[in-house]
Amino acid sequence: MKKKSKFELIYLTLVMIVLYFPIFYLIYFSFSSGDSMSYFESFTFDHYQALLNDPRLIRIVLDTILLALLASLFATMIGTLGALYIHQVKKKSVRNSLLSLNNILLVSPDVIIGASFLILFTFAGFSLGFYSVLLSHIAFCVPIVVLMILPKLKEINPTLIDAAYDLGASKYKVLSAIILPLITPGILSGFFMALTYSLDDFAVTFFLTGQGFTTLSVEIFSRARRGISLEINALSTLMFLFSLLLVIGYYFLSRYNQNRKINNQKKKVTK
Amino acid sequence: MKLRKNLFMLPYLFWLLLFVILPLILIVVQSLIGTDGQLTLANFVSFFTSGTYLSMTVNSFIYALIVTVITLVISYPVAYILTKLKHSQFFLLLIILPTWINVLLKAYAFIGLFSQSGWINQFLGIFGIGPTQLLFTDFAFIFVASYIEIPFMILPIFNSLKTINGEYIHAANDLGATRFQTFTKVIWPLSLDGVKSGIQSIFIPTLSLFMITRLIGGNRVITLGTAIEQHFLTTMNWGMGSTIGVILMIIMIASMKLTNGSK
Repeated sequence: MKKKSKFELIYLTLVMIVLYFPIFYLIYFSFSSGDSMSYFESFTFDHYQALLNDPRLIRIVLDTILLALLASLFATMIGTLGALYIHQVKKKSVRNSLLSLNNILLVSPDVIIGASFLILFTFAGFSLGFYSVLLSHIAFCVPIVVLMILPKLKEINPTLIDAAYDLGASKYKVLSAIILPLITPGILSGFFMALTYSLDDFAVTFFLTGQGFTTLSVEIFSRARRGISLEINALSTLMFLFSLLLVIGYYFLSRYNQNRKINNQKKKVTK
Repeated sequence: MKLRKNLFMLPYLFWLLLFVILPLILIVVQSLIGTDGQLTLANFVSFFTSGTYLSMTVNSFIYALIVTVITLVISYPVAYILTKLKHSQFFLLLIILPTWINVLLKAYAFIGLFSQSGWINQFLGIFGIGPTQLLFTDFAFIFVASYIEIPFMILPIFNSLKTINGEYIHAANDLGATRFQTFTKVIWPLSLDGVKSGIQSIFIPTLSLFMITRLIGGNRVITLGTAIEQHFLTTMNWGMGSTIGVILMIIMIASMKLTNGSK
């Protein structure tokens, strides 16, 4: 029944090769002693050494990570509150318009977000730098957090909450003892998505960095415009390993969530 | 009680107001401000009367269209083959993994690959084709843009193909449909939603790309995104930049209505 022709497998392999070729090309030349990405000269760790001896670059890496962590933390808090709020809105029309407003920043092109935030910060007299970038990252991470949490809220059985109220639980108690634990997987995936959004962003940051502050993406851009430097290759190898770790982390997180769901269902059945 | 309920939603509403609604209003207002600081429609007038802006918009459109079509043609079969694989989730993860790598690094890789002495030119050299200028060409831009967008096309198509009930395909086969008929009459219509959302997630971002146009396409202004960036950060003509931004948003809304509405 499930026919897999040879042609299909060849096609799939070909696409996979094309997808990964540029990445491995970068990694391969990060070990070359030359200074171009054309001919591999001899094996060396020089570029990695240069990377570690570049305090400016290390600072930028640390700044980028700090920025991503702070932005996703705040975005997760605001987004969680937002999801709770949208969920409890009863009127369907209000809820739908709230959702559309929520999604505007998700569908808007980066350039528009960057440009309109630049106008916003200038209009407010806010100087450009770390804080303007942080605020903008928080801003564009909020909607994805909301979207990750809302389905978890919908899954909660309303009778559970009614039961808690009947047994005399306060509003706060219901939130902390029932709702929050049940939506934790959603909160975690929201945090995770926010983290990757922030780490990956180039366009919005590019508009808002001003003079003193840079993130890794902006730094790579300005270096790449100047031409090839195998230090960037070394950096990309490290970043590839880092994203690999993130993916593995995310994979286990979603596995954990699924297992939890299955276990819960089993519990329901046995009860 | 009422007050507490209001307090907890304040941060979110504050965010909505300050970072969603206000920037939108500001960019529209900015587009109506001329170089002399007065409210005027001059920016829109000069956009629609200038040959440069119009031809740039048309070009940007054509590039985005080409990239969208190429990614669709490449991605649909991939998504279809993936659904038939045993470990489809694993292969899907492999397809998504490259999207986790910073786009700039991928663009940077192509600077090396496409350079005069890069591997592509070395490979072409085997067949006696001398080093050709690949970088800073339209071809390079389209290739790299498609490369970056392909996973975003595969994912929604895969998801919609997966939800198709296998019974329909059995039924079509039993009723004597050829493989081609099964595809055009059953599989394609049922996967159309995925195709639409794939198109949505590629067409608009491609219109607004600006970093790849600089790194790979050379310094020519070929997308609306590049034009906006240039007006904001290089020539400091925010009014015109916002005007192009507003037009880009209108195109975005129209294309979303178009792909959503034709159900």
